[in-house]
Amino acid sequence: MKTQLTVNRTRHEIEADPRVTLLDALRDHLGLTGSKKGCDHGQCGACTVIADGRRINACLSLLAQHDGSEIVTVEGLEGADGLSPLQRAFLDHDGMQCGYCTPGQLCSATAMLDEVRNGRASHVTEDLEAPVTLTRDEIMERMSGNLCRCACYSGIVAAIEEVAAE
Amino acid sequence: MTLEHQIDGPEDEGFARPDGNGPLGADLERRDGAAKVCGAARYAAEHHPDGMLHGVLVRAPGLGPVRLVNADEITAIPGVRRVFHDARMIRNAAQGGAGKAPVQGVKAAAYVGQPVALVVAEDFATACEAANRLRVEADGADLPVHPKAGEPDPDKTKDKTTGDFDTAFSEAAVTLDVTYTTPAMVSAAMEPHAAVAEWDGERLTLHGALQMLRDNKAELADCLGLAEDKVRVLSPFIGGGFGSKLGISADCVAAALAAMELGCPVRVVQSRRQVFEVNTRRTETSQRIRLAADRDGRLTAIGHSARVSNLPDESFSEPVLQGTAFTYAAPNRLLHSELVRIHRPAAGSVRAPGEAVGVTTFEAAMDELANEAGIDPVELRLRNLPEVEPGSGRPFSSHRLAECLTEGRDRFGWDGRSPEPRQRREGEWWIGTGMAAAVRVNMVSDAEARVTLTPDGRALVESDMTDIGTGSYTIFGQIAAEALGLSPDDIDVVLGDTDLPPGSGSGGSVGAASTGTAVWLACEEIRRAIAGRMECAPGNLTMAEGHATCGNDRRVLQDVLSGQPLKGHGKLAPGAAMKKVRQATWGAVFAEVAVSDVTGETRVRRMQGTFAAGRILNQRTARSQAQGGMAWGLGLALTEALVHDRRDGHAVNRDLAEYHVPVNADVPHLDVRLLDEPDDWAGPLGAKGIGELGICGSGSAILNAIHHACGVRIRDLPATPDRVLAGLA
Repeated sequence: MKTQLTVNRTRHEIEADPRVTLLDALRDHLGLTGSKKGCDHGQCGACTVIADGRRINACLSLLAQHDGSEIVTVEGLEGADGLSPLQRAFLDHDGMQCGYCTPGQLCSATAMLDEVRNGRASHVTEDLEAPVTLTRDEIMERMSGNLCRCACYSGIVAAIEEVAAE
Repeated sequence: MTLEHQIDGPEDEGFARPDGNGPLGADLERRDGAAKVCGAARYAAEHHPDGMLHGVLVRAPGLGPVRLVNADEITAIPGVRRVFHDARMIRNAAQGGAGKAPVQGVKAAAYVGQPVALVVAEDFATACEAANRLRVEADGADLPVHPKAGEPDPDKTKDKTTGDFDTAFSEAAVTLDVTYTTPAMVSAAMEPHAAVAEWDGERLTLHGALQMLRDNKAELADCLGLAEDKVRVLSPFIGGGFGSKLGISADCVAAALAAMELGCPVRVVQSRRQVFEVNTRRTETSQRIRLAADRDGRLTAIGHSARVSNLPDESFSEPVLQGTAFTYAAPNRLLHSELVRIHRPAAGSVRAPGEAVGVTTFEAAMDELANEAGIDPVELRLRNLPEVEPGSGRPFSSHRLAECLTEGRDRFGWDGRSPEPRQRREGEWWIGTGMAAAVRVNMVSDAEARVTLTPDGRALVESDMTDIGTGSYTIFGQIAAEALGLSPDDIDVVLGDTDLPPGSGSGGSVGAASTGTAVWLACEEIRRAIAGRMECAPGNLTMAEGHATCGNDRRVLQDVLSGQPLKGHGKLAPGAAMKKVRQATWGAVFAEVAVSDVTGETRVRRMQGTFAAGRILNQRTARSQAQGGMAWGLGLALTEALVHDRRDGHAVNRDLAEYHVPVNADVPHLDVRLLDEPDDWAGPLGAKGIGELGICGSGSAILNAIHHACGVRIRDLPATPDRVLAGLA
C-alpha cells in the first residue's frame, strides 16, 4: 500500500507491505538509519522520532498510520547553522558513548523541551496548575523512556540543563 | 618495517614518552561524536547492499533432539527463499578470545532458546511471519537447569590455600561467616547483535556487531570452513558490547551461511529476546565469605568460596575470586571456586568478569566486618592494605588504593558519619551512606597498528581495533598527535576492518592501553626514520607544531617527507611484566541512599568515585567510562536480575521491559575523580584499563548505604523493594 508523508521537510511516497513499521520504513525504505532499532517493542526509546510535533516510538507505529504526517528524525535536527543546540551540548558534555541511543535521546529531548514550554506536567511535577519548572528531577523523569546502557545519564542531563537554561 | 615491543618491565627502551603538555590526556570531544549526534554513524544492520535478503533466527522451544515440522510449508510462502537448518550454525556466541568456532549444531538443543533454524525471505515482514509460523518441536530431556542440581566440573575446581585458615578463624577475636548470592545478568547493549553478509564467490565480507575483530574473523572462518584470508569483518561502529559481542554470534554465522548458499547478501538481526538468550550472560553466583580479624580490625584470615555455572563444553568460568586474591592482606587464606554444568543459556564475560560480582560481595562483607569490629569502614580497609601481593609475594606495579580511599572520603564528605545505622530520617525515607573499594586486574594484549605520515603533514592511524563507545577513535588520534607533534585535527583514524593491522579488540579493558601503545610504537618508528633522515639520535629529535627539530636543524614535516608518505607499524606483546608484578587498577566509591520505610524502595541520591588507572588518555572519555561502570554497579545492587525458569531453565524476563537496566531517573549525578599516574610497568604510555573498574565495587557502596540507612543487610542481590521491605518488617 502507498503512504505519503513528510520526513525532515521532504515529501515521500512509500509503497510498502502494511505490516511495515514507521521505523522500518525510515531505515529500510528511505535509508534514514539514524533512528535506531533497539528492541522493536517500545521498551528502549532508541527509535524515538518526532511525529507531528510529538515524540513517539517509531517501532510501535505502523507506516500506514502516518499518511500525511510530518516526521522529524535525528537527520533533521540540524538547522541552517549546523548542529542544533542539543546536538552541540551532547558533544560538549559527552552525553554518549556507543551512540546507539543518541538519536532517540536527541529527538526525545527536543520534543520534551517543547512539552515543558507547553506546560505539560510529568509524574514528578509538584503543581499541575503552575507553569512547569524544568528541574533536574523533571529532566530525569521525562527522559526515562530512553535507555542508555553506557549510562551517559550524567552527560545527557547536563546537556539538556544547559540548553534549557539558554 | 615493524617496531616490536614486549613489556618486560619498567626499563627505558629509549622510546619517547608523553611529556604531559601535549594533547594526550586532554579533555577533548569525542572524534566520532558528530557522526553519532547526526545519525550518520552506520552500525552493522544499517548496511544495505543491493538485493539483500532478510533472515530471522528460529529457536528451540525445549531441550533435547529438535525437528522442524513444517519447513516445506514455510518455504512455500511467497517471498520466502529458504529455511536453513544447518549443522554449521552455532549453539551460542563464542567466548571472548576463542579464535575458533564455538559448539556447532542444530539437531538438539542444549538450552531452551538455542537457535536451530534461519528463515530467509525477500523482505523483513515476510521473514518475521515465516519464522513465527515455522514449527519446531523438541523432545525434551531431563537435564539439570538449576545450579543446585548441577554437578561440579572437576576440571574447573580451584583451591588456593595459604597458612592455616581453620585455626586462624577459630581463634580470632572477630569473625564473620556469610553467604551472598548474585543473579545471572546480561550486557543488554543497546544495539542488538546484527550481521550483513556478502559473498562474492571467493571471499566473505561481514558487517557485524563485534568487539574483537581479529578473533571474530578466525572464529567465523572456522565455523564456515574457510581460510582466514577469505573472510573480512567490518565493525566501524558498535552500539555497545560489555562482553556480549566478544565472540562471533549466531546471527553472523547464519547470515554468512545463507549468503554463501543463496548468492545474495543476507542480513540477520537478533530480536531483543534473542539477544538475551543466544549470546552469553553473566553467571549467577553463590559466595561464602569468611573473615577473621583481631580487635583492631586487622584481618588474620580470609575465606572466599564461589560457585558459578555454565553450559557443557564452554571453557569460561567466571573468575569471582580474582580481586580477593590481592586486595587485602591476611596471613591465612582459603580460596575455593567451582563451576557446575547446567543447561541455561551460556555464561561468558560481562563487564569486569570476576570482580564485578566478587569484589561487590566481598566489599559488602567488609562492611559487615567493620560493623562487627566497631571500626570505620574506610579505616578498616586502610588497615588491611598489603605491601606486596598476598600469597605470591610479588610487588605491585603501582598501588593507589589508599589514596583513592582517602581522597574519595574527603570529596564525598564522609567524616562525621554516624557509625550506627538508622540515625537519619526524612519523612518516610531512611538516609544513609556507604562505601566500597574498587579493584580490577590490569591486562595487556597483543596489538598492532599502522600509522602513515602523509606528504601534506597529516597522519593516518589504522587498526582493526574497535570503538564500542569507549573512545578508541578519540584517544588514538590524541596518541598519534602527541607522538608526532601534530594537532589531533591533523590525524585521521580508521578502525574496525580486519583488512587493517590486528589490534587488541575491545574486551577486558585492554583496548586503550594495548592498541594505544601499538599506535605509539608505530609513531616511534616514524620518529626514528625522521631522526635518521636528519642524522641525529632519535632521543634528540623533537616533534612539535608540525616541525621536526634536531639541535639547530628545524624542518617543516613536509620538507622531511619530500613528497613521500612515511609509514610506521607498531606491534605490542605482553611480556614478563605480567608475571613479575601484580598490575591492577584502583578505586573507591561512596554513595548516599534514601530507603522508603513504606515501600522498601531505594533511591541513590549521590555517588562519588575516585579511580587510579594509569595515565588518563582523555579526561572526558575516561570519565564517561567510569560513570558507566558506576551506573552498572547501581544496576547490580538494585535492579538487574535475569530470572531462569526452574523447570526448563529458559530466561523468563528476556527483554528490556522485564530486565531492568537503570534508567535516567535511577541514576544521580555521578561525581568522578581520576588520579592520573603513569604506571611504569605498563609500557611507554603508562596507561591501564578503565572501562571495567567502575563496576568493581560500586554496587556494594549502595548495599552498604542501605544498611546504614535502615539497618537491612541485603545478601541476595539485587536489593529490590520486596527484599528490603522484608528486612524492615
